[in-house]
Amino acid sequence: MADQIPLSMTVNGQTRRGLGEPRLTLADFLREQANCTGVHLGCEHGVCGSCTVLMDGEAVRSCLLFAVQADGADITTVEGLAPDDETLHPVQEAFRDCHGLQCGFCTPGFVVSVAAFLETNPDPSDDEIRHGIAGNLCRCTGYQGIVAATRQAAATMKGSRQS
Amino acid sequence: MVGLLAEHGDDAKPLAGGQSLVPLLAMRLTRFEHIVDLNRVDELFGVSADNGGVRIGAMTRQAAVETDDAVADRAPLLHLATPHIGHFQIRNRGTIGGSIAHADPASEYPAVMLALDGVAEIASASGTREVPAAEFFESTFMTAVAPDELLVALRFSAWNQLAGFAFDEIARRSGDFALAGAAVGIGTDADGRINRAAVGMLGVGPTPLRASSVEAALMGLAASDADPAEIGRLAADDMDPIGDVHASVEYRRQAGSTLVGRVLANALAQVSTEAGNG
Repeated sequence: MADQIPLSMTVNGQTRRGLGEPRLTLADFLREQANCTGVHLGCEHGVCGSCTVLMDGEAVRSCLLFAVQADGADITTVEGLAPDDETLHPVQEAFRDCHGLQCGFCTPGFVVSVAAFLETNPDPSDDEIRHGIAGNLCRCTGYQGIVAATRQAAATMKGSRQS
Repeated sequence: MVGLLAEHGDDAKPLAGGQSLVPLLAMRLTRFEHIVDLNRVDELFGVSADNGGVRIGAMTRQAAVETDDAVADRAPLLHLATPHIGHFQIRNRGTIGGSIAHADPASEYPAVMLALDGVAEIASASGTREVPAAEFFESTFMTAVAPDELLVALRFSAWNQLAGFAFDEIARRSGDFALAGAAVGIGTDADGRINRAAVGMLGVGPTPLRASSVEAALMGLAASDADPAEIGRLAADDMDPIGDVHASVEYRRQAGSTLVGRVLANALAQVSTEAGNG
């Protein structure tokens, strides 16, 4: 067995320390050592997008990163998007309102991806939304609700930026 | 870094963005005793304007290539091709050097590098050498980079004549590997005669390929007279596609050559717009 390497990163605003072999993925570190089980593992090879998290503000697939590569980084998972336990992020609210989830397995990845997508494209067309969510797969095929949720979230986030 | 590669040779693999290598490791399709992570090697990152062209560090993320002004200005084909790579989450990590060193025949940057006659800067413990694109892609997933070497940067010269560029690909879903793709650059002299034609193709052979029949047919023509659909059909002879579950040999050849024609039409239209502006 390879040496255990000490790890330290900020996860949802808190410093998390742990130990892991170099082969430990960021996704497994987040789930098993940082208790962020909202990071879902679907395919574990970068196709499904369920494990999407923000690393230093950018959406990445956490199954394709080793935890050692994120040492010192600032990670946000679906658990850390909303400001507190009583509030939902506008993207989460929109997914609830628009039936943007069915079984819910892919939802954390979609929510994180959509939140990041709307940061770079705050006013997307429907076509841009469809391209924007193409990196996440919903096996229930509930895409209509997800597109509607993304549209609503864009409008809400735009409103709150202007106010 | 190159010291580690020299020490471990075949047992070591450089890790760039990890968007191809890590899936291969996860699927146990390949394994290495040592993974040499390049993500904290600052000098491998960044774009610099270079002697009329652009030099792009191998670890420059695809997302950075996508938005870089010098790339858009001096190597527009790279700029046009980048949004076709995977998804935005992939481009946030994936790098230009990783994509080119991986040399997947269906990926975008290798075809663009070949079309633009890009140059690879390759370093080893014994120094740095340069390899032109035409000699870089040896076979599927095989390049001129030896196990003890590292691809450190790519260089692209700007075209100094009137020029138009276009890129497109056919994929079943947004972000999928392309069934076929084309990267086209057309340059003309002041009279509108084509004096440079660069047509790179992806997904239609064991390596990225150039459509040399198409290029030869274009040279010397007035850009406004060229019939892109007809000339594009010549590309079928330049392909060496494989058939698989995604598309048959014949489909790739036919769809691919139709696509070359369409992308060529876009590049020619771009030339005339440029000419109109000039």
